[in-house]
Amino acid sequence: MQDIITGIAYVVGDDVDTDQIIPAEYLMYNPSVPAERKLFGRYAMVGVPPAGAGLPKGRVPFVDQTDESNSRSRFSIVIGGRNFGCGSSREHAPLALAEAGVQAVVAEDYARIFFRNSVNGGYLVPFQCAQRLCESVQTGDELEIRVAEGLLRNKTRNTTHKLEPLGDVAPIIEAGGVFEYAKRTGMLK
Amino acid sequence: MGMTITEKILARHAGKARVAPGENVWVNVDILMTHDVCGPGTIGIFNEQFGAGAKVWDPDRVVIIPDHYIFTADAICHRNIQTLRDFVKAQGIRYYYDPDFVKGDGMPSPYRDPSQTRYKGVCHKALPEEGHVRPGEILLGTDSHTCTAGALGQFATGVGNTDAAFVLGTGKTWLKVPATMKFVFHGHIPPYLSAKDLILAVIGRISVSGATYRSLYFTGEGIASLTLEDRMTLTNMAIEAGGKNGVCDVDEKTLRYVRSRSTRDDWEVVEEDDDASYHSVHEWDLGAMEPLVAKPHSPDNTAAARECADVKLDRAYVGSCTGGKITDMIFVASLLAGREVKIPTFVVPGSTEVHADMLRLNVRGQEKAAGEKSIWETLEAAGCQMGASSCAACLGGPKDTFGRLNEPINCISTTNRNFPGRMGHKQAGVFLASPLTVAASALTGHVTDPREFVTKPIATGEAGTV
Repeated sequence: MQDIITGIAYVVGDDVDTDQIIPAEYLMYNPSVPAERKLFGRYAMVGVPPAGAGLPKGRVPFVDQTDESNSRSRFSIVIGGRNFGCGSSREHAPLALAEAGVQAVVAEDYARIFFRNSVNGGYLVPFQCAQRLCESVQTGDELEIRVAEGLLRNKTRNTTHKLEPLGDVAPIIEAGGVFEYAKRTGMLK
Repeated sequence: MGMTITEKILARHAGKARVAPGENVWVNVDILMTHDVCGPGTIGIFNEQFGAGAKVWDPDRVVIIPDHYIFTADAICHRNIQTLRDFVKAQGIRYYYDPDFVKGDGMPSPYRDPSQTRYKGVCHKALPEEGHVRPGEILLGTDSHTCTAGALGQFATGVGNTDAAFVLGTGKTWLKVPATMKFVFHGHIPPYLSAKDLILAVIGRISVSGATYRSLYFTGEGIASLTLEDRMTLTNMAIEAGGKNGVCDVDEKTLRYVRSRSTRDDWEVVEEDDDASYHSVHEWDLGAMEPLVAKPHSPDNTAAARECADVKLDRAYVGSCTGGKITDMIFVASLLAGREVKIPTFVVPGSTEVHADMLRLNVRGQEKAAGEKSIWETLEAAGCQMGASSCAACLGGPKDTFGRLNEPINCISTTNRNFPGRMGHKQAGVFLASPLTVAASALTGHVTDPREFVTKPIATGEAGTV
């Protein structure tokens, strides 16, 4: 994990479920096939209804769909509200965000399986912030996360927000996922 | 101080005398289940991490049930089935339920006779049917509705591909012990309610994140009065409140079912201690409850069905792990018998066993007599469009999926989720309701309280009990 994560913010609201993050119609692709794995990046967040896609104004595509080969987003930090990633257990959700280039999500809280998949799969860092950032940060803001200090700096608005400690899962995030963690702790050879 | 069922199961599987909520433990897993959507990715991670020639920790504890994208012409979906077949063969996994009619070109023709195919349909229905669900055990599955199996007194929860691959190789996983929320239902289930109304009431009260990281324990004489299948509807939707698992007490109904089906007999019932401690306790009186719907676009957006009578509907859907069981089909058929649906109504059995039972039984859940209509025939005669068993339109799926909402229309459904786009079109409005409310609404074309049609208790016979 990097000490400092910088990127442009993409803001969504509450209860953004896994069908919005990666709709079921794309789940036939196998993430273990490199060409298909890329498609998850391309279709990341396409299920978010237009009004809520890139707050406050909405109607901001997460990944530019006009170029058919594009699978990367210009936004690398997603700001969410409550219960981010609720719904299905599909690991394709954090994987899709990571394939699009997302390094961190900052939400008020998470659905359990999305959080676990993000951590155990080593896709991205799911930070929590007690403040309602989805109403203060705007899509396009330039953000900087100082991991060790547990701070998020909004460089566009010149504000600083305290993040919750990563807690129990910090060692797994540090290791880069549950397999690496198990190897480091001697559980796996 | 005592422990909950969930705490006891996790403690036993961690080799500890006791565990407390918030504690992280490594546990031994009894069964790992995967399907056609998450299986190929899981296998990919397994091969990458353990090596291409690696063997799973115990081939008899791995259960693979293709169910999601079966009836589609999509070649990649067919390829995924082949990936499962190859893995099963290489690993010597015997509990694999192959859609033998998927041959790799175009839309597969469904099984001719549901009792003559290895294919089972929706994993959460097939798992207990095929004897893979037992009290006191830990079941992990690469599907969020794996929590369904908690109705039979076990710890069951959904995981991602990485976790599943880790279990495939080691038989272990780490779990944070959840605090338990206790839901007590007093009284006896009235004929116009089903477990769907109970779970919608729970989610409506505590919200879609009200049980995040927690266990939901359903108890009281009201739960004892439910069929085992209806209890599965309750635990199935624990995830819709954010829960890690849902669990019910084990009683004679559970024991009878498990004893007649289990592939093994080395299991032990775990009971809740009287002095267990809870995050919170919530109580309902079944006699005071009403048929509910969850309006678009969230399972916690609940209202009484009678208050939504002005909502015009375009479609009704009966199916899935939540509302595609044989008792759900009997509820629907008993209302539709001798009547005609007013809106297109799609029916998809939750499993091939449910399908076979729909052909074999009458609307009272008994072997049909000569000349008597089966459940299937009753629904056909009422104008329903009947499909083969699979997850089908519950989760949208490929565009050619049976019953998928490809237009921005209003659908009332016995399924479990109504977030935007869940059943297909992003602007489609999905109303979640019990099989009774869906059937009543199919007859009128608007959201309808089933009390307009249900006048006496609906017999379900011996359907789904053993």
